[in-house]
Amino acid sequence: MNEHDKLKGYKGKAREVLESMGTRVWADVEIETDKGIYEGIILPRAEQADDLHIVLKLETGYNIGLAVHAIRSIKEKAFREAHYKIPEQEFPYDPIKLNVTLLGTGGTIASRLDYRTGAVIPAFTPGELYGAVPELADICNLKTKKLFGVFSENMGPEQYIATAKAIGREIEAGVAGIVIGHGTDTMHHTAAALTFMIQDSPVPIIMVGSQRSSDRPSSDAAFNLRCACNAAAHGSIAEVLVCMFGPTSDAYNLLHRGSRVRKMHSSYRSTFRTLSDIPVAKCTPDEVNPIKKDFRPRRKDKNVKLDAVFDDRVAIVYYYPAMKPDIIESLIDNEYKGIVIAGTGLGHVNKPLYAPLRKACRMGISVMMTVQTLWGYVQMFVYDTGRDLMELGITPCSNMLPEVAYIKLGWVLAHTHDREKVAKMMLTPINDEITEREPHDGYLIFQGGLPEVEEFLKGRLR
Amino acid sequence: MSNAWRKKLIEGIDFDDVEFYGNLGFKCGLEIHQQLDTKKKLFCRCPVGYRNDEPDAIILRHMRPTLSEMGTYDGTALMEFKTKKQIIYQLYRGNVCTYEMDDTPPFPINQEALDYAIEIALMLGCQLVDEVHITRKQYLDGSIPTGFQRTAIIGLNGWIPYRDRKIRIQQLALEEDACREVQDKGHTIIFRTDRLSTPLVEIVTKPDMHTPHEAAEVDELLGRLLRASGRVRRGIGSARQDVNVSITGSDRIEIKGVPRTPDIRPLTHYEALRQKALLELRDKLHARGITEQTLKATCHDVTKLFYDPQERKRYGIPDDADRVNAVNLVGWQGLLKHKTQPGLTFAAELAGRVRVIACLDRMPNILVLDNQTEGKLHGETDVPVELEEHVRKAIGADKNDTLVLVWGSVEDVKTGAEEIIIRVKEAAEIIPQETRQHMVDKCRTDFERILPGPDRMYPDTDSPPEAISKERVVRIQGTMAPKPWDREKEYAGMGIPAHLARQLAIHPNARFFDRLVGGISINPRILAEALVEWHRAIAREKLAAEITADMPDEQRLERFFISAGKNRTPRRALYCTFRLLLHGLYTKDAEPPAPLSTDELKSLCEKVIAERKDVRYKTRKLTLDFLLGEVIDQSAGRAEPEQIISFLENRIPSFQPAV
Repeated sequence: MNEHDKLKGYKGKAREVLESMGTRVWADVEIETDKGIYEGIILPRAEQADDLHIVLKLETGYNIGLAVHAIRSIKEKAFREAHYKIPEQEFPYDPIKLNVTLLGTGGTIASRLDYRTGAVIPAFTPGELYGAVPELADICNLKTKKLFGVFSENMGPEQYIATAKAIGREIEAGVAGIVIGHGTDTMHHTAAALTFMIQDSPVPIIMVGSQRSSDRPSSDAAFNLRCACNAAAHGSIAEVLVCMFGPTSDAYNLLHRGSRVRKMHSSYRSTFRTLSDIPVAKCTPDEVNPIKKDFRPRRKDKNVKLDAVFDDRVAIVYYYPAMKPDIIESLIDNEYKGIVIAGTGLGHVNKPLYAPLRKACRMGISVMMTVQTLWGYVQMFVYDTGRDLMELGITPCSNMLPEVAYIKLGWVLAHTHDREKVAKMMLTPINDEITEREPHDGYLIFQGGLPEVEEFLKGRLR
Repeated sequence: MSNAWRKKLIEGIDFDDVEFYGNLGFKCGLEIHQQLDTKKKLFCRCPVGYRNDEPDAIILRHMRPTLSEMGTYDGTALMEFKTKKQIIYQLYRGNVCTYEMDDTPPFPINQEALDYAIEIALMLGCQLVDEVHITRKQYLDGSIPTGFQRTAIIGLNGWIPYRDRKIRIQQLALEEDACREVQDKGHTIIFRTDRLSTPLVEIVTKPDMHTPHEAAEVDELLGRLLRASGRVRRGIGSARQDVNVSITGSDRIEIKGVPRTPDIRPLTHYEALRQKALLELRDKLHARGITEQTLKATCHDVTKLFYDPQERKRYGIPDDADRVNAVNLVGWQGLLKHKTQPGLTFAAELAGRVRVIACLDRMPNILVLDNQTEGKLHGETDVPVELEEHVRKAIGADKNDTLVLVWGSVEDVKTGAEEIIIRVKEAAEIIPQETRQHMVDKCRTDFERILPGPDRMYPDTDSPPEAISKERVVRIQGTMAPKPWDREKEYAGMGIPAHLARQLAIHPNARFFDRLVGGISINPRILAEALVEWHRAIAREKLAAEITADMPDEQRLERFFISAGKNRTPRRALYCTFRLLLHGLYTKDAEPPAPLSTDELKSLCEKVIAERKDVRYKTRKLTLDFLLGEVIDQSAGRAEPEQIISFLENRIPSFQPAV
């Protein structure tokens, strides 16, 4: 179905009826049905919806569905095609302000409604952004570059590499900071990839998204963008960071290290959390306040180590108690070069997997162990199981998050397939994907219902 | 506001004066919001509840306007964005989940609520939509954390009978309720989320009411219809009405949240008069050659004239106001004194806008300098002439100009001054479409916000459309309650007195009554009495705390009335046993007793006469009455009084006066 289809989204019966009545979407019509007369504008129909109804926008702004079988006649009175567009204005340039580049990959941060499919689709120009969030002009001079327009789940190695290269070019061009608009679902995968692909950046690289799309008045997009642009332009932390809501309130954002962050809730605003450590900083549209003392500071040079490679013959295996050897076997058969296991407890799998794992290691496949508890370290000396597994040739990945281990292994395997060298690179942290110590407050999830927690929530913006 | 004031405003007005309101071109429509009696909320599984205790947690949010699918911004949305409010939500573990917090997408629509809405739409004679489309209606005032209310049209084009004509129902929508406002001060507004997302129906009538009295009566009629459905919640805040008023030459104005039906009369009356006054003001402006195009209004920073705290005091400007602006309305002399409502002038319209939009809510928030100030205007203090001259000179105002001072923080004063200019421009052309709130006297109104238009409606991409099947409609029609006016007629035909029929027609027990009345031999009038009046009276009895007057389940109740019919239980005995039943003091299988047989009655009467032979009253009638009472008591109502009397009369044929 093409963009100029006069009956966007309509199929089957409904399409037939509309065609036979000689009308089209966006027509202002009077429809006579068996029940009575209706007036309104025919709207495009969601493609997944049935072919038995047409959608009418009434004068009051409400939409209703009318059954096509009851339609007797349609009289077109006028034609009112909608042009949904955020008012586009040129982003103002102020020579005393710092330059920031926003690289767009898609996702909810810059999106609008598609009334044909009823879905949220990515949309993105500097003019639109300025039209929607004019406050950005108070923070920096913003340039935008659209790299791709894909949803988070469609980001992959190809996009990681292209993004890293684009960042390299921006650093070379001398921007004060870089903001990357990204869907939230896999933002932590991309954040990890960029952590390894762009090392020792002189400027902040801030990833940002939104949990409520920008077509909603309560959207977190504007606040996130303002915080991210400020952290990119003025922040002192030159690392790959994720900038998202701290609490669910519009109060402040947190900057999470790209190697330790994870999306932890399917829909909450404050979904991103730093695991087994504390966030790097707290930030608002006006300031960045470091929480951690050890971070890489901003530099004046334009030097950066760009290492944008990825071998995608890597899999992540989330272990479950009755897992059968064939899962591992099939990875071997399909010539995977690396396997990350998210094991139970301290890093365990059952006995039936020993044989195929031994085979995998012998065939030169790098097998990494992480924990599905997400918090805490792999510790394979405590139980026999762990010792057995290490004997098979499995590398314990300390407190690296499973998704981070997956990304890092893909990146390492693009450098070498030598199992020993792979293991060494995996265990040499680039930016805290492995930490030597877990602070006492690195594992904090409040449990509701406890008097002291409830007391806290009563008085604080959660 | 004193009762005397309100009385003065209402007294002597014929709110049904067809000729008077006809000449004004008075038109009125209603929007009735009624919560549905569902167990759970509309888009999540939270139980519906009303809370007045301390919240369990609070969150902070802001709102931004977005575009409709027609590609335009809504005016109200922009206005509310200008107010830059910090919005605080109070959360309750028991009644609020992450859906209401806007941290979880909606769950599928509550099917119980959809059934009820379809049922009420059918009762209103609406054409049902074939497919329900959930729409987002934007509210940037913060009353809903998402920034929009999820709402869907269920029925269109219904009607109800009134005064030999039809009142047209434009539409019935099923929607989620908003938060309750707890506090609105400066730039912070606090909302309680308990009732948020409770299912409600919004019924919108066409502007078919021609007098304030008609509007009140139709409101009552619709209220009765809703109650008759048996599907609606009762109690605080469960029903609210907005009233739309227009007159010839004006567009509709909405009066939001009218507390009680009778308040509709004075509120719509004075709103109509306010609109008339605004049209007269426009004519006066035009007579002076002031139109929207020619109107001159300038804004001046006059803060430096008010550095002296003494000076400030004389004007009533507080010390903490960082900025004082003067808006010069060229050639407006005297016009801000144009009366709009009892005791209020056009200046009040300006003060209202400044209060809401600029958040300058410490009243008075403006000061009018108008040369020949006589008496007090809204938001005005007496200003010494020399001070006024001082300001006039500083900004070069002519003696025919009117100045309006506004003060506060720099940002807010800027917004405030802009709003004053917007409002005076409107005055030269139109009556701005507003939502207005009632004042404490429930006669006059004040500005609440700009009336939202269709541009704030967006499709809800989180919810799929849902077809209403034929089978569903047939099923609902099968159990639909009759309309109260039809029921009333039917009950009257059964010999139920009018006042009782009127109550029963909308009573929660009406469905039970309808089901039972044909099949049992009990007198319909007595059954109606039991279910309405006896039930109410018994429920009000103050007994020991552990005894409550709950209706037993319908099966038990049905058995009770069936045996009452079968046993021909006398009315009084039925009352006694019904009371025990409601108090839970009547055993499970107990039946209402049969009347005493003639022999039993005779022997009881003999017993009473023997026991009371010493009691003698002045007249025979009094004696008989006394004995009658005794027999009734001792028989527990199991004999009809007529029967007892005739027996006693035979037994005590002659009068023996007291000794």
